[in-house]
Amino acid sequence: MSALAFDALNVFLLACLVVTGLAIARLRGLFAVAMLSGIYSLLSASVFVLLDAVDVAFTEAAVGAGMTTVLFLATFGLTRSREHAAPHQKRVPALLVAVACGGVLLVALSDMPPFGAADTPVQTDPITERYVETTHEEVGIPNMVTTLLASYRGFDTLGEVVVVFTAGIAVLMLLGRCSRERAEDES
Amino acid sequence: MFAAAMLAVATTMALALARALLGPTVYDRILALNVFGTKTVLFIAVAGFLFGRPEFLDIGLVYALINFIGTVAVLKLMHYGELGWIDGAGEHDDL
Repeated sequence: MSALAFDALNVFLLACLVVTGLAIARLRGLFAVAMLSGIYSLLSASVFVLLDAVDVAFTEAAVGAGMTTVLFLATFGLTRSREHAAPHQKRVPALLVAVACGGVLLVALSDMPPFGAADTPVQTDPITERYVETTHEEVGIPNMVTTLLASYRGFDTLGEVVVVFTAGIAVLMLLGRCSRERAEDES
Repeated sequence: MFAAAMLAVATTMALALARALLGPTVYDRILALNVFGTKTVLFIAVAGFLFGRPEFLDIGLVYALINFIGTVAVLKLMHYGELGWIDGAGEHDDL
């Protein structure tokens, strides 16, 4: 019963994702597209929750449904909110690129272990056991995921922080230039 | 019982999605997004009980906060036409 409900819910959510994606591709009014992309990210967050990845789901909902929708609408305030239809001769190469990317993804998918498989490297490799048993003694942080991210993968996390910091500085420079030009116009 | 509740939530999600697709006005779509966010909260709560993980209830509560703040921000943008962040910040800080 529970497995059947799980499968039915997954099919329902994925079908809704396909419908929303097709509607986003077809609509020309960008305000509706911003609203639909919010719905798209809420749907993907639901899929992630069903797959037990609640942290990914939470990031998806906060960034996709919350921040990105507001950023889209703020952009429409500065630009136009209608999309021009692409001419036909430009659509064919775009379709080819999309089909090629999808094909590569499908080929890569065939290399992945089946969902919930017990013999993946994560399950069978002895390093998993080692982390589970010794992280608490070695680092002393109660949460194992935090220990891995902040200590064993510290350089990786440092690189991510550098990327986010650089992006923040770039945004501040762009906004600062905008307000400086406006102040000069007024004076 | 939880399966019946889940069926009802899924039906409402499909109806809200249909409203977002059909429109016709901007406010229909904003309302559809807001309803869909609320249904996501319910979806996570019911799915938690349906699959024996009732601790997901806390996550649903945080989604409700995101949904509220998002809707307020969207409506504020619709009202003022911008977020007032370039040089008008602080003039009408009504949030």
